[in-house]
Amino acid sequence: MSKLGIIINGLIKENPTFVLLLGMCPTLGTTSSAINGMSMGLATMAVLICSNFVISCLKNLIPDKVHIPCYIVVIAGFVTVVQLLLKAYAPAVDEKLGLFIPLIVVNCIVLGRAESFAAKNSPVDSACDGIGIGLGFTCALTLIGLCRELLGAGTVFGASIYPEQFGALTFVLAPGAFITLGFLVAIFNKLTAKK
Amino acid sequence: MSYIIMIITAIFVNNIVLAQFLGICPFLGVSKKVGTAGWMGLAVLFVMLIATLVTYPIYYGLLAPYGLGYMQTIIYILVIAALVQMVEIILKKTMPALYSALGVFLPLITTNCTILGVAINVINFEYNLAESIVYAIATALGFTLAMILFAGIREQLAITDKPKAMEGTPIALITAGLLAMAFMGFSGVDKGLSAALGL
Amino acid sequence: MAKLENSTKNMVLSLTAITLVVGALLGLVNAVTKEPIEQAKANKQSAAISAVVPGEGNEISKGEIVTSSNGEEAVVFSVTNNGQLIGKAIRAVSKNGFGGKITVMFGFDAEGNILGYSVLDCSNETPGLGAKMPDWFQKGQKGDVIGKNPGKNNMHVSKDGGEVDAITAATISSRAFLDALAQAYGVFSGSEVVTTSASQQAVAEEVAAPCEEACDGCPKAEKEESCHNEN
Repeated sequence: MSKLGIIINGLIKENPTFVLLLGMCPTLGTTSSAINGMSMGLATMAVLICSNFVISCLKNLIPDKVHIPCYIVVIAGFVTVVQLLLKAYAPAVDEKLGLFIPLIVVNCIVLGRAESFAAKNSPVDSACDGIGIGLGFTCALTLIGLCRELLGAGTVFGASIYPEQFGALTFVLAPGAFITLGFLVAIFNKLTAKK
Repeated sequence: MSYIIMIITAIFVNNIVLAQFLGICPFLGVSKKVGTAGWMGLAVLFVMLIATLVTYPIYYGLLAPYGLGYMQTIIYILVIAALVQMVEIILKKTMPALYSALGVFLPLITTNCTILGVAINVINFEYNLAESIVYAIATALGFTLAMILFAGIREQLAITDKPKAMEGTPIALITAGLLAMAFMGFSGVDKGLSAALGL
Repeated sequence: MAKLENSTKNMVLSLTAITLVVGALLGLVNAVTKEPIEQAKANKQSAAISAVVPGEGNEISKGEIVTSSNGEEAVVFSVTNNGQLIGKAIRAVSKNGFGGKITVMFGFDAEGNILGYSVLDCSNETPGLGAKMPDWFQKGQKGDVIGKNPGKNNMHVSKDGGEVDAITAATISSRAFLDALAQAYGVFSGSEVVTTSASQQAVAEEVAAPCEEACDGCPKAEKEESCHNEN
């Protein structure tokens, strides 16, 4: 598979949110606005690319029986690096995402890709997979955030589209997260079923 | 008294699944049958309590005094992973009956973000040990409640006609949304109670 | 390169090595980011101070930590220009937010009039409702508190007989905001204002009864929301 093919595969065919249905917690928890969803997606993508690359480099040095703990250590290391960098250079983002940054460690996407892709492929291919899956995740989160923001607050990336009082606030709150994702997955199913 | 408010808050007002979006994977994945959902909830209660009991002293005894707060994530996840393994081995040896009920769920729990989330939250909220324990138990009960309610609805849902594209996860998510909306009815209950009790 | 065998020695070695390398890397990153993190925190604080006590060339004193009447920590910064006191910036905490604590920085001039405020933390408030706090009470907005003096004006929400318009459907968050204001003003004036938990209680009892009636007249959504917040 070409490098570009790997990236596109992660973006559409194996879209982590709409197809694999992985990493649901941040998907629902951080998408109250498009910009929040995007920051979460990018933070996850950074961890995903680094951990995929490093795990792929180390794959032969890790005995099978301890591979999960080793992967977790590597992932947790990168998560902490991202967390510290955000705190230092983008404190506003860190405050918005809060608990969900350290929880990237237990995001099944990251460990899942390490297991199913990085452990079997070359470092460069694994990094590409990280980019693809990361982009797929980021796009999905941004899209969900966009829908919720538009329906709930009448804005897109903070720019007002229609007056706020006509918005259904529910979409910004907890129930809206579930409902928006439910409908988006259904639409994605419908579209991919046709092909 | 404040413990009662805390318990009510953690179970109903600020339900870990329906209001805080933690533990969604098992919530969607292991909620097809009421019985399974209940056992899963129990397993989470068990591990969450032990994990909080173990990570709390590690933070205040080791990480905080030596300025190693930045190692929190990595230490916690390792401790939780090791803990789940140990619980699994001990249960297998000593209580085979309980193991056969909970065993399947234990490996899943390592990557259940509720455990890590609660362990980090009790530090962020600056709870003392007793409060942390109450918080962990109440949160796990909230998780169990959400799981069982949701599984009950899904059992009915399975025998209902739905549009083809909606089958499976989409309809489950929308149902969860409605459940979350119902739980929003509890918001403010904690404030009212503490005012009524004069806290 | 062949995969390492599953011998105990290999397993322990590889896990230890990886943990050590990651640990060392984290120590390094921590050392590098420690300064910027402190800096970011300090910047946020000083940005908030200069926002609430505006003016060019102001000097900000070191924060003086005091305990406000609700037992929380408050920090007082004196702002001077050429040795003359312009005002005080006070960081106060209210415990009565919808989902927990809120932290607000208030600026007062020498007479105690509110110069400005900046919400430092309202992450526990509901998005779209209580989380509107950073804008709602600013100058020209519906809940404008700027220029008022808590010593002279009745700084309660209109529902409690005060003169401040609460955030729509977020009375609790609005009360918490005004509670933080009362804490800050209490510290500013040096006198103990009525402790909020007591006033909050009286208010809750007062409002509990009329809520039902008052809400009957309101549109449905508002009724639900406001009753919601009351109880």
